[in-house]
Amino acid sequence: MSLRIVVCVKYVPDATGDRHFAEDLTTDRDAVDGLLSELDEYAVEQALQIAEDADDAEITVLTVGPEDAKDALRKALSMGADKAVHVEDDDLHGTDVVGTSLVLAKAVEHVGYDLVVCGMASTDGTMGVLPALLAERLGVPQATLLSEVSVEDGKVTGRRDGDAATEQLEAALPAVVSVTDLSGEARYPSFKGIMAAKKKPVESLDLSDLGIEADEVGLEGAWTKVEDATPRPPRTAGTIVKDEGEGGKQLAEFLAGQKFI
Amino acid sequence: MAEVLVYVDHVDGSVRKPTLELLTIARRIGEPVAVHLGAGADTAAPVLAEYGAVKVLTADAPEFADYLVVPKVDALEAAVAAVSPAAVLVPSSADGKEIAARLAVRIGSGIITDAVDVEAGDEGPVATQSVFAAAFTTKSRVSKGTPVITVKPNSAAPEAAQAAGTVEQLAVTFGDKATGTKVTSRTPRESTGRPELTEAAIVVSGGRGVNGAENFPVIEALADSLGAAVGASRAAVDAGWYPHTNQVGQTGKQVSPQLYIAAGISGAIQHRAGMQTSKTIVAVNKDSEAPIFDLVDYGVVGDLFQVLPQLTEEVKARKG
Repeated sequence: MSLRIVVCVKYVPDATGDRHFAEDLTTDRDAVDGLLSELDEYAVEQALQIAEDADDAEITVLTVGPEDAKDALRKALSMGADKAVHVEDDDLHGTDVVGTSLVLAKAVEHVGYDLVVCGMASTDGTMGVLPALLAERLGVPQATLLSEVSVEDGKVTGRRDGDAATEQLEAALPAVVSVTDLSGEARYPSFKGIMAAKKKPVESLDLSDLGIEADEVGLEGAWTKVEDATPRPPRTAGTIVKDEGEGGKQLAEFLAGQKFI
Repeated sequence: MAEVLVYVDHVDGSVRKPTLELLTIARRIGEPVAVHLGAGADTAAPVLAEYGAVKVLTADAPEFADYLVVPKVDALEAAVAAVSPAAVLVPSSADGKEIAARLAVRIGSGIITDAVDVEAGDEGPVATQSVFAAAFTTKSRVSKGTPVITVKPNSAAPEAAQAAGTVEQLAVTFGDKATGTKVTSRTPRESTGRPELTEAAIVVSGGRGVNGAENFPVIEALADSLGAAVGASRAAVDAGWYPHTNQVGQTGKQVSPQLYIAAGISGAIQHRAGMQTSKTIVAVNKDSEAPIFDLVDYGVVGDLFQVLPQLTEEVKARKG
């Protein structure tokens, strides 16, 4: 029987760009080019490797986001995913992580799954909680923050690099996993992969397809409210000295003045 | 006065510093009630009381260690039902964030992660976060349900404030999902004798300029003289000079110490994302054009192999 893998990816503003908030205190997506979150590339890669090791597997890449988010799906398809699902709806604007987990859970159930693979965090919000939220909503085990992952005999196993310990985890499918940037370099799409991606199916869904009411998501439906966003004041220019033999001593003097020594 | 649940991060009852910071923060919002899960509550309770816990709810069961996060979510859910708190505060560790997230969905609440400060507000606690590689500071609150907030280490100085610390057993019934993810083995991270990177008050990091694993002792010696943790940039980690567990940056650890010393690090945006909330930033780099110098409170343009040993000697001499 085919192993159904769903990879959740996010289209994020490029971290090397000058990121801003829009007037409604949501992320200003027009200010900076978007791309597939770097940490999600590791998820796509692990999904591809799991699929290669399985007798028969199908990878669906899933995203929730505006029209441009299709770029993230195309990238994942060109890496080798089989098909894509794009949840897009004007009412989703301003949805927070709890709302996003609701949408993703409904979409994952709509697609059908044995294994959901996520990156460890997005490179914009960097919360790192979406995989756990998704597992909670789906009512399936989570095996998260894995640096090594394998699927065999209806079980997922992997190594979790936690804060204080390294743990070996084991969970029965269906399950949600997230993988870290230690899981292995993501492959570059080949020219053939890029050409093939253009022909792969991308299904578009809106909230009504998923049975979600508009007031459950979006800025109004959000479980959290950003009240204020202030650009960090430019740092007052620091003291910069050139080392002419006494640089270490001068630095010690500064640190002593700041009571660090 | 409203009660505030504080999830206790500990190793066999030895309470980790971020929990003491949380108790200090919780007192601004209400009366801290600590939730201690697993072994060692007898050891932990007096410490939690010393830092202001009016009550310590405890539960111990093999499930807490044998399965990943969900049993702890079950327990915290029981604590919320028992106390009806004004907020739930959890340390921003990997486990802490996942426990907080699942709890939030269970109790129909919003979640804020990685707060660097929490204050009382008219409509509930207001959390300060540092976002987009610290280019923005936001103030947010949870607008639905009981606020669940995870707080980064070093967000407050722990202040002792003796309270009753009455120990009470928390009755926990594990749901059928609690045993879904089995922890088949656990290897505690090998101790270097240095502070944990994300919790350290001072971090000394090395980058490309360190130019080889064999040179990292220069960074370690300075760190040891200051009682600091050692960090590394992605370039240094990718080159295999230092373990990934010490990587500071967007795809590594986010640190927010009182003092951050960057040696031989140019300061790419990905690195800045991991350290820009540090209170005081110092850099040593040969290249006077390195972007890291835009961030510093004090910078030395020079060879780290000259500057760092001199600084280390000076620190040792001053500390006597």
